Amino acid sequence: MSGASLVVLKQHLIDPEVCIRCNTCEETCPVGAITHDSANYVVNADTCNACMACISPCPTGSIDNWRSVIKTEAYSVADQYTWTELPKQGAIATVDVVDAPDASRVLSAQGVDAPPLEADNRPAAEGIDVDGVRGSRLPPWSAAHPYVNLYTHKTPIKATVAGNYRLTAESGDTDVHHVVLDFGQVPFPILEGQSVAVLPPGTMADGRPHHARQYSVASPRNGERPGYNNLSLTVKRVKGQTGTDARGVERDGVCSNYLCDAKKGDVVQVIGPFGTTFLMPNHPASNLLMICTGTGSAPMRGMTEYRRRKRLDGATGKLMLFFGARTKEELPYFGPLMSLPKDFIDVSFAFSRAAGQPKRYVQDVLRERAVDVAALLRDSETYIYVCGLKGMEDGVLQALSEIANQSGQAWEPLWRKLRDSGRLHFETY
Amino acid sequence: MSDINYSEKIPNNVNLAEDRTLQRALEQWQPNYLAWWKDMGPEGSLSYDVYLRTAVSVDSGGWANFGYVKMPDYRWGIFLTPADANRPIQFGENKGKPVWQEVPGEYRANLRRIIVTQGDTEPASVEQQRHLGLTAPSLYDMRNLFQVNVEEGRHLWAMVYLLHKHFGRDGREEAEALLERRSGDSDNPRILGAFNERTPDWLAFFMFTYFTDRDGKFQLSALAESGFDPLARTTKFMLTEEAHHMFVGESGVARIIQRTCAVMNDLKTDDPKTLRAAGVIDLPTIQRYLNFHYSVTVDLFGADLSSNAATFYSAGLKGRYEEPKRPDDHVLTEATYKLMDVRDGQFVEREVPMLNALNEVLRDDFIRDSVAGVGRWNKVIEKAGLPFRLTVPHKAFHRQIGTFAGTRVAPDGRIVDEATWQRGQSEWLATPEDRAFVSSLMGRVTEVNKYANFIAPPAIGVNKQPIDFEYVRFN
Repeated sequence: MSGASLVVLKQHLIDPEVCIRCNTCEETCPVGAITHDSANYVVNADTCNACMACISPCPTGSIDNWRSVIKTEAYSVADQYTWTELPKQGAIATVDVVDAPDASRVLSAQGVDAPPLEADNRPAAEGIDVDGVRGSRLPPWSAAHPYVNLYTHKTPIKATVAGNYRLTAESGDTDVHHVVLDFGQVPFPILEGQSVAVLPPGTMADGRPHHARQYSVASPRNGERPGYNNLSLTVKRVKGQTGTDARGVERDGVCSNYLCDAKKGDVVQVIGPFGTTFLMPNHPASNLLMICTGTGSAPMRGMTEYRRRKRLDGATGKLMLFFGARTKEELPYFGPLMSLPKDFIDVSFAFSRAAGQPKRYVQDVLRERAVDVAALLRDSETYIYVCGLKGMEDGVLQALSEIANQSGQAWEPLWRKLRDSGRLHFETY
Repeated sequence: MSDINYSEKIPNNVNLAEDRTLQRALEQWQPNYLAWWKDMGPEGSLSYDVYLRTAVSVDSGGWANFGYVKMPDYRWGIFLTPADANRPIQFGENKGKPVWQEVPGEYRANLRRIIVTQGDTEPASVEQQRHLGLTAPSLYDMRNLFQVNVEEGRHLWAMVYLLHKHFGRDGREEAEALLERRSGDSDNPRILGAFNERTPDWLAFFMFTYFTDRDGKFQLSALAESGFDPLARTTKFMLTEEAHHMFVGESGVARIIQRTCAVMNDLKTDDPKTLRAAGVIDLPTIQRYLNFHYSVTVDLFGADLSSNAATFYSAGLKGRYEEPKRPDDHVLTEATYKLMDVRDGQFVEREVPMLNALNEVLRDDFIRDSVAGVGRWNKVIEKAGLPFRLTVPHKAFHRQIGTFAGTRVAPDGRIVDEATWQRGQSEWLATPEDRAFVSSLMGRVTEVNKYANFIAPPAIGVNKQPIDFEYVRFN
């Protein structure tokens, strides 16, 4: 369905004419992207995450150089070693994303879909991307105002583990936990749809501390337990992949295992909150169309629970949820979801590996429910949220476009309208 | 904590407020320091507003905060990189043990000597350079000079903090003495030879910051490995500031070369007389300055065979450059090193225990590093389409310390007789006449965006400011 993506990268490069080889950048880089030989200092495009940590200590500014390149044609380290001057900026053909739904997605070093940044432009954590090209860059007009970056690497907040429950069957392959973190008396105002990052203890093989990992919160703004200063996370244990890969990039699993093994009473370092667009509307007539897979259900749980608590206050909008997982046993919160009233929320599941059943993905189930989805699309009070693995974005957009077109709503203008009015939000990883 | 507390009289990130005795001792030293600065700091500069960088924290995010400040008001302070109490000593007999937070008694005298020697170089260079502001070739260069000077002042603070905190009354006395010695003074000179030389002109200044600050880089790197943790942490931060000093030197020489080459191409000549008449410094003169500063700096690494160096290493006080990256046992009792020696008018190699040759190991690291920069200067000449190439003299050339002291060696490595040596002086080292010529080019340029005739403008400004920024305001 989607053609070959032409991804453009703003490649970070060091100007060999200006650099004085003082080694400060190599020492400063938190991901080990910079290296040198007897001639030049160079930046590995695969490792560099544009965190900008190296920019301010560089005494010459030689490291503050960027060239837009096609990602697959980025200058290799071997190339850079031979340079005596920086190559000029070449002409890059970019495709206009607005008119071509399944063509390029332009990545920019400091763009909307870059990871959350701390005040000094360093990335706070690795994890979730907000797609500001296919989705909105603005929150809903009635969304509450988010706080961000209250706690940073230098000043994290301590949270106590108030609970840690395994959500998926013991017998199953997938181990997903519901972890409740309590902040005691220290303020941590956070909204549904926002995320936090956890700093796992310990260091990488090279002695540097682990990077923080990002998780969407699964609880509403007034606490996992109403009136309490706590929140919950949905964490899937990533097994068998700890350590670093051949490039020296850390493999995941460090933080997920840390959290899944956390005991009640353990103290965890948290930074955040993050996220200013993936937020829910607060006006009572608004509808929520939520589409998620696996642990992408976390923000949906937060929003759903908030609506449930507010139900008696006249909230009239509809809630519709499409939730995909491999099997029922591996679907987090399956039990609680089944017990929500049908007139409150319309839930459809898609199982891709249910025994004896054909594969179904969320986009398949969307199509099955085309009539109801089309009605929501027609309603200008509908807000759409998509959260889960990156791979689901294309399929979901395809299904929505088919449903729209087949119900007499032209998809292109509808898509633009959804985006511009803050009514279409993607959060993927 | 790495954020610096600027509300204190002495900005610091070492919780000085909790150590009242130390705080009082340093606050007593502070007025003497300021008196020294007013007396021996950059001449006539007390009322200038200079666009300087101050560190607000020691990590990459906050170490460079720019703003106008009068230099006597500059916030000198004590900044150490964050401590890691479990860091093990990486080398020597005490390898593997946790680093010392206090001075071990048996190493006290040696450590104090190392710290005093390092500390002495800082005010020395300020004293050597104090007149240069009067002949700055541009406001950009004047700012760079002052930045280097205030940072050397901060480096002095860094060493004095260690002396006061860890060496009791001896430390306080040494800290006093650091303010009493004077560069070039016959009665009370600075400790190391290179720091008693004059820095009469800007070419000499750039050569000094390129070569001699680079010695600083290597000495500090060796000390940053120290098992005495406060010393390691303080020298580690000093290295970040040192990188800028080397930048000033390297880019300064590069810009002079660039200007000379441009005029050479304009006038289509390489004749020194013609070029000098045109007001630029000919390349052979630059080579002679290079030879001088290189050889004088190479001497700073000490005797090639040194039992002191062995002691400092085995004790875990001073490591090698990039110690952890070296692929050996970091104890070196079995290791050897090939030293160069002179025998019967020939250079020979002899193998000695590496422990005794550690000064030479550091010297050789320095030589490799400085050669790379000279290569970049040659790229400037090559880009201008000219055939001249600068060379680095032989390491035995013009030495006063160690095995080659007094041996007559030409820059190209030939061992020569006395007569040849005397004749070669005017060819190999900057002569009084050379220096007089370069001095004649020196004149203060104080207009924004104007550069003296002998030097090209820089490629980019400071802190992303444009080149025509008012880097210094005279009041």
